[in-house]
Amino acid sequence: MKLQLPNPGLEDRILSHQQLEKLEKEEARDRPRWDNKAQYMLTCVGFCVGLGNVWRFPYLCQSHGGGAFMIPFLILLVHEGIPLLQLEFAIGQRLRRGSLRVWAAVHPCLTGIGETNSKPMISLYYNTIIAWILWYFFNSFQQPLLWSQCPNNANRTELIVECEESSPVDYFWYRGTLNISPTIEEDGGLQWWILLCHLCAWSVLYVCIIRGIETAGKVLYNTARHLQPERSTWMQLKPSVLCCFLKAVYRNVSSSNNCEQDAVIISIVNGITSVYVATVIYTIIGFRATKRFDNCLSRNILGLINAFDLAEGSITESNYSQAVKHLNETKPAVIEQLNLTTCDLNTFLSEGVEGTGLAFIVFTEAITKMPFSPLWAVLFFIMLFCLGLSSMFGNIEGVLVPLQDLNVFPRTCPKEAVTGVTCIMCCLVGLIFIQGSGNYWLSLFDTYGGSIPLLIVAFCETVSVVYIYGIDRFNGDIQFMIGHKPNLFWQVTWRVISPLITTKVSEKLLYKTWDPTSEKEYPWWIYVIIFILAGIPSIGIPFIALWKFMKSKKSSKSLS
Amino acid sequence: MFEKILFLLFLSSALAQELCEPGTSDGYKVRFSIRTALGSDAYAWNEDEKFLFRATLAYAMRKQKSELQFEVSNVIVCGETQRVSFWFVVTSPLNATRLISKVDVESAVRKSRPRINSAFLLTDKTLEFVGISPTLAAPVEPATPPWLIVFGVVMGLVAAGIVALLASSLVQRKRRKKEAHERHTQRHREENGSANEGVYNMSFSDNERVTQM
Repeated sequence: MKLQLPNPGLEDRILSHQQLEKLEKEEARDRPRWDNKAQYMLTCVGFCVGLGNVWRFPYLCQSHGGGAFMIPFLILLVHEGIPLLQLEFAIGQRLRRGSLRVWAAVHPCLTGIGETNSKPMISLYYNTIIAWILWYFFNSFQQPLLWSQCPNNANRTELIVECEESSPVDYFWYRGTLNISPTIEEDGGLQWWILLCHLCAWSVLYVCIIRGIETAGKVLYNTARHLQPERSTWMQLKPSVLCCFLKAVYRNVSSSNNCEQDAVIISIVNGITSVYVATVIYTIIGFRATKRFDNCLSRNILGLINAFDLAEGSITESNYSQAVKHLNETKPAVIEQLNLTTCDLNTFLSEGVEGTGLAFIVFTEAITKMPFSPLWAVLFFIMLFCLGLSSMFGNIEGVLVPLQDLNVFPRTCPKEAVTGVTCIMCCLVGLIFIQGSGNYWLSLFDTYGGSIPLLIVAFCETVSVVYIYGIDRFNGDIQFMIGHKPNLFWQVTWRVISPLITTKVSEKLLYKTWDPTSEKEYPWWIYVIIFILAGIPSIGIPFIALWKFMKSKKSSKSLS
Repeated sequence: MFEKILFLLFLSSALAQELCEPGTSDGYKVRFSIRTALGSDAYAWNEDEKFLFRATLAYAMRKQKSELQFEVSNVIVCGETQRVSFWFVVTSPLNATRLISKVDVESAVRKSRPRINSAFLLTDKTLEFVGISPTLAAPVEPATPPWLIVFGVVMGLVAAGIVALLASSLVQRKRRKKEAHERHTQRHREENGSANEGVYNMSFSDNERVTQM
């Protein structure tokens, strides 16, 4: 398939191979070097692992079928994730532009791919997760940890019922942290403690980006300032496939850098990390389910022996069902009054925890079982905070760069003011997520703002490079950069498999969103919000393409 | 004679039975969960343990009502089950037929609950007085929640950082402006350097003022 769309003026917008070689020689002295391979590998790992692996992947995995979800994940990682990452790395390296401006160089009409991204949406809710992490971090400096035991109720007669029925960890998450309202329609008011953490999170981010995005690299890791990947992990809803892909900013890298090797290594490390974290989480979920099952059964047995004044130990787990049947035959009225809940291990496993709180609930539960829990809690949440903050730099860059390109702020405005105003605006909009219903809003943003636009962007990127930039030219560039042409695997995935997968997956996702036969009935304004989240970034690409096209037509008409 | 004694004994036990009945309004039901609490170290429930219970309850009543001298015989137990649960009532030492009110019994039990529990190596959960809810231990709550302290520290550092960075950038900008101004005046001086260096030549200045041609 040698389909190639006309792309006049491409040579003028990009550097030729000779110019690249010259630039390479000039910059070779200033470029920082890796001391050894280990340093390089560790940096890659450091950039691969993010909140997406620890927080997002497990909760999406759990809500879409559990452990078996990992199989399609890995399949798509190989067929969609790795090729897309290699494509982005290579085109960034070749054109020596960041991921947001590289598409304007490929063709002016493609500016939309870089400019209308989903980063603003993601930035809004991502920092709320960091606020939650900070809340847990602040609460880790006490023994015993607040989430290790149920608090007493107001009368001090017994433990709070809500907590007894679930577990201290769940209670601390849903009531102590979120104070969650029953549905998304009830907003439940602003939760002041999370508001404070929210302000703290944005302040910390502001301190890091106060002098502009370039200095954020200093905060990350000095020798790897030129390698700044940010990634968004998104998953497809059941029963379809899912995909994980990574977006990378691959600017001032040496033109001879082996981007193929980097892409493969980073993808594999990312995949392994996600699988490892998910394994840990599922172990803990299994433990929780077993414990809840045991507690449920003990409660039922206690109720039975109390009601019938039977000796302790007369009813055990093994003869429980027989005993209930026997007692039901003789005294059904008493049994009914007891309201025995059915204890089923499978129910506990499947209905255990779901949603954005999974990582918080599961890991904190594990921490309470360790000796010196406050120490582990502090370390764990510091780690999560660092992961989240580094991802946040990429997200906020996706907000600042388009603002810069669209000249929203006058040129004379100092950088501190630009970043300050952006942070304040995002902070204010982010107040939606601080309400009682904030968690529902966050799930909404995460599901729709993070998935559909990314799918469309992935599709556009693949198509742009293969058919607008030209696959032949691209192959030649890669040969120039790393010494050999990309093999059959890359060709097939770039040209056929990747675009096909993204189209199919978007179809399924869109169908699921506007499925008229689904049981859940949401109020009308939810659909409006979904449209804004998913539609505007997606529509932005063809819209900007059309606008640029009209502009170029007008300018060519005025010239002639 | 012998018959009289027998009759009295029968009467007293019958009275006792009348005073104490499962479901009585003046007594409480007690439930022991010995095996749950002690596992393999569990002791068997027998008459001696029952005696200990009556003795501890008499002790509790004495503590509550110090003017009355309660004895073990004042605590009557009935309605024992396999569960190890039973009802009890407390009679007044002054009048064996009069029962102590429920309220007094409850306050006595609440007061001495820890002592009663420890006599049987049990806890509030495993030694239940049905109807008397235990007062849970007050959690140690410091004046300021510890998380606010940590939050204050972190916010203080962040605020200091922001102020420092803003101040340093302001200072830098001022310095740059001063340097740019100095460079500008230096350049201006260099351009007009010929007029300022050397001796002031009057002939040239005359030319400027008087244009004859």
